[in-house]
Amino acid sequence: MNKILRVNMHDLTTSIEALPPEWAGLGGRALTSAIVAKEVPPTCHALGPDNKLVFAPGLLSGTAASNSGRLSAGAKSPLTGGIKECNVGGTAAQMLARLRINALIVEGTPKGDGWYSLRVSKDGVAIQEEAGLLGLGNFAVIDALQSLLGKKTGVIAIGPAGEMKLTSANISVKDPSGKIRSLGRGGLGAVMGSKRIKFLSIDDEGAPGIQIADPEKFKSASRIFTKALMDHPVSGQGLPTYGTNVLVNILHEAGGLPTRNFTYGQFDGHEQICGETMHDTIVARGGKPRHGCHAGCVIQCSQVYNDKDGQYLTSGFEYETIWGLGANCCISTLDDIALADNIMDDLGLDSIETAVAFGVAMEAGILPWGDGKEVVRILREEIGRGTALGRVIGSGAGAVGRTYGVTRVPTVKNQAIPAYDPRSVKGIGITYCTSPMGADHTAGYTIATNILNVGGQVDPLKKDGQVELSRNLQIATAAIDSTGMCIFIAFPALDIPECLPALIDMLNARFGAQLTGDDVVGLGKRILKTERAFNLAAGMTAADDRLPEFFRTDPVAPHQAVWDFTNEEIDAFWNF
Amino acid sequence: MATITITIKLFAHFRNGRFKEAAQRLDPGADCRQVILGLGFRLSEMGIVMVNGQHAPLDQPLNEGDTLALFPLVGGG
Ligand code: SF4
Repeated sequence: MNKILRVNMHDLTTSIEALPPEWAGLGGRALTSAIVAKEVPPTCHALGPDNKLVFAPGLLSGTAASNSGRLSAGAKSPLTGGIKECNVGGTAAQMLARLRINALIVEGTPKGDGWYSLRVSKDGVAIQEEAGLLGLGNFAVIDALQSLLGKKTGVIAIGPAGEMKLTSANISVKDPSGKIRSLGRGGLGAVMGSKRIKFLSIDDEGAPGIQIADPEKFKSASRIFTKALMDHPVSGQGLPTYGTNVLVNILHEAGGLPTRNFTYGQFDGHEQICGETMHDTIVARGGKPRHGCHAGCVIQCSQVYNDKDGQYLTSGFEYETIWGLGANCCISTLDDIALADNIMDDLGLDSIETAVAFGVAMEAGILPWGDGKEVVRILREEIGRGTALGRVIGSGAGAVGRTYGVTRVPTVKNQAIPAYDPRSVKGIGITYCTSPMGADHTAGYTIATNILNVGGQVDPLKKDGQVELSRNLQIATAAIDSTGMCIFIAFPALDIPECLPALIDMLNARFGAQLTGDDVVGLGKRILKTERAFNLAAGMTAADDRLPEFFRTDPVAPHQAVWDFTNEEIDAFWNF
Repeated sequence: MATITITIKLFAHFRNGRFKEAAQRLDPGADCRQVILGLGFRLSEMGIVMVNGQHAPLDQPLNEGDTLALFPLVGGG
């Protein structure tokens, strides 16, 4: 049976429900957003009893399809006040899918001060009291659970940041090597903390597994799909070799690398932190330049970065984090950034929100520009210990700006703007403005077409075509986020004609369905509209679909570009 | 006829066995394509071609002081 597991933290009860017909055919983001929209009152307090935290594997998760092992989590975001979906690799999605769990819904908040954990298995979900692992970082939690429950156990956990309900807190998911991938953005870790759940463990012993309606058709579609992923130069070569951090030099060159809290578009220290340097450093120190965040990823954009003694320092070391502490905070020592990345993983902090918060803190004079050692100290001793300063920085860029009277605060819907300057890469500015998630580059990655020449070319410095580009990408992304596919499959999907039909064929073979390309686009549109309706009902208006004022008034070097879309032009995004 | 001098920057695996950054003298009127082929690249290897931080077509002529940046097809964040 396909089922929904429900956990009520108020009564400390659990139940197993059949998947209602209205949610049949939904997975990943489509399902988390449908559940949140139906069951969470939009105006509720995100950390109160009426919010719900929903986990859902993608439609193809648990199958042999390449790159299909992504897990979605949804809730009302305490950071943005709107709906949130994050997705992540790791081992959990495939385990839940094999257990035939379409979604796990956690509702209510406990009456007392106690903490709990959840145990998911073929028998459903059980609530247990938890004390021993409280206050520990994510790495220690995963180690403890692996020795208690075995190496294979799935883990979804929060660190101290989530326990403190900081709005930058993320949720960590164990990856195949016992390290961490993150449900990063929007403070979902705080929602889990508000429900006083330190971790979930997953045991897929005796799981019934996935049933494929047409195994032969699935196999042949899957072969075509994998070939497309391997053939495309970005997913087949670029990402595996240099990871996402190859973007430092590209964005620097294009003048879109936000530097010194979004003051400039280029960073003098770019060569010290770029993907090329990082690749050479990883190889010289015996790390792994390529590594997958889940079994079945054939792209493997992740990596293991060692310190100068050859000891593990961090993994999943992404462009956005390196940009955030690097160019944006003017730190040009990759080792300092790697250590900070590791501490953020351990504390359970979104590395984009936190890095941008540090940039605003530097602008406020709390710490000097470029001081990586002080960043590490603040992470450990202020945020890690929950001091007042630590809690302000751990509440995100917007909170730091409000507390210290800074006007240059790069956020949309109070969520920090990531690694691409919207003045000089205008398409991504439309995505930041209009995504129901708040500023999120992954929601409609126009960098592909604005900068990387994937899926055509739209001039990044002109307004022409940007709204349409962002709209098409956001619709496609919402659909892809529902399949369990990693968003990097979009590169081959944009360029190789066989790729997307093969993905749809896999969906049809998996479920015995007859979906067409139009159906998939229709799904993407419905998801976006559902999410937007939630945000409007929560009190947002078109005025929330805007970039901060300074992007209009302060030109960014070297192109002296400003954000020059009218409100009407931005709002036309929603004409579909 | 006086020559012009441009700066060439290479990225990702284009650097292997070549250079990161170098100055090159060209005849006036030389375009991106000529420089790319002169460096021993095939045109099909080119991902992104930028002149002075802006995407450029292969037949764009180069001027004194220009910076030509060449990237293979890579990227994604
Ligand atoms: S390409 Fe990267 S993010 Fe995507 S599934 Fe593979 S390792 Fe994870």
